[in-house]
Amino acid sequence: MKEKKFGWKEIPIGGVIEEAGNSINYKTGGWRTFRPVIDAEKCIGCMLCYLYCPDSSILLEKDDKFGFKAVGIDLDHCKGCGICASVCPVKIIKMRRETEFKNEKKVENKHN
Amino acid sequence: MNKSRLIIRKALSGAHAAAEAMRQINPDVVAVYPITPQTPIAMKFSEFVNDGLVDTEMIRVESEHSAMSACVGSAASGARTMTATSANGLALMTEIVYIAASTRLPIVMNLVNRALSAPINIHCDHSDAMLVRDSGWIMLASENAQDVYENTIMAVRIAEHKDVLLPVMVLQDGFITSHSIETVFTFDDKTVKNFIGEYKPKYNLLDTEHPITIGPLDLFDYYFEHKRQQFLAMENAKRVIKEIFKEFSKLTGKEYDYFEGYKIEDADFIIVTMNSSVGTAKFVADELRSKGIKAGVLKVRVFRPFIPEEIVKKLKNSKVVAVLDRAPSFGSHGGVLFNEVRSAFYEEPEKPRILSYTYGLGGRELSVDMLRKVFDDMQKLNSGKKIDQIQFLGVRD
Repeated sequence: MKEKKFGWKEIPIGGVIEEAGNSINYKTGGWRTFRPVIDAEKCIGCMLCYLYCPDSSILLEKDDKFGFKAVGIDLDHCKGCGICASVCPVKIIKMRRETEFKNEKKVENKHN
Repeated sequence: MNKSRLIIRKALSGAHAAAEAMRQINPDVVAVYPITPQTPIAMKFSEFVNDGLVDTEMIRVESEHSAMSACVGSAASGARTMTATSANGLALMTEIVYIAASTRLPIVMNLVNRALSAPINIHCDHSDAMLVRDSGWIMLASENAQDVYENTIMAVRIAEHKDVLLPVMVLQDGFITSHSIETVFTFDDKTVKNFIGEYKPKYNLLDTEHPITIGPLDLFDYYFEHKRQQFLAMENAKRVIKEIFKEFSKLTGKEYDYFEGYKIEDADFIIVTMNSSVGTAKFVADELRSKGIKAGVLKVRVFRPFIPEEIVKKLKNSKVVAVLDRAPSFGSHGGVLFNEVRSAFYEEPEKPRILSYTYGLGGRELSVDMLRKVFDDMQKLNSGKKIDQIQFLGVRD
């Protein structure tokens, strides 16, 4: 369904966004050329990927041994920058071309 | 006519008149970088800060780009914010000058007009102001130090009005106005404080109870709507400026208008100009009047927003109009002000002939003789002689 766009009299002036914490509604996953894929079994729970990710797109789960472990990627928001793969000390995050996943459901490229 | 409350007589340069207005306004934040000929504003104001005469947080920045950036941050935080600059300083801050207007931050800036480089030149022309004429700032022009003082105080109210929320620039001619000492009549501090009132910002970045985002990415789906809002703000400014003029005239006993006529009621020949050249033109108009020639002068006080119907009202009964521009508009047919005035008359069935004169670039003196020639040209044109529509005044052949 097409989203309703507001007219110029209906929106706050100066580009101000009056509600906090709405960047989650801005899905940037469609920008991605490379997709990080985590071999979660081998994760050592250092959380470097979580700390470095500029889009807060590393999904964590509680873990008895390490406290937390990276278990996946928020594909709605990951732009595929590859920083996680670069900082991972045990090299378990691989960047793979999006074309390899072309048969999967596409993430909508939203601009608002 | 109301009794004037401009009761304190002072000897002030244009720059010091601006600083004195700033002292009485007592802004929360001033972020400024020195540049000739604006420097005496920053110097004088920093003395006020040092002497504890204002409560202002003065931010000494490393460039004009940073000065306006600091102003944007300060104004977004709900602080009453002022700055000042000239020429190349304005050029350096231009990116943020646009951002201040588009983010709808009511910053007030004194612009001491100086020529843009190159070749480098520190003297007066209006090329700096014309550089940002489309940036979304309201622009008030000042004939002399008295105008600088009064415009600066009014600017605060215009900028902060809820239907406007746009930054305002107060123009004065570099050196000619900024460094010449004149008699200036000022209010007592309380009168200014009462007139400007307390600033209640629409948004406040530091209000943690109501967190907001300022300056987000705005692509093809909403950017245009935000620009449309700026057009409305400029439209509203026309009404608000008139209201503030009326309110202010109760304190000064003077009349203010977007365009202020001098002996124009029955004038056949009118010079339209802004800033200090208005005074020179009045002198020459008086001289011609004494010889029976119906000469007049129209002073531009409000350059942005430019209001065509108001200038038509003032000029429509004249025979010839000469518009003086103190800035080059390369590749354009005549100066910027000339084009505004000429365009205003397009729909009018009866219109005066309109001439364009570019004068005073890089501080070249505008002499009384030059303006005598302008009035002479207008009379010649009226009597059927051919006169070039676009001319330069005071350049050597």
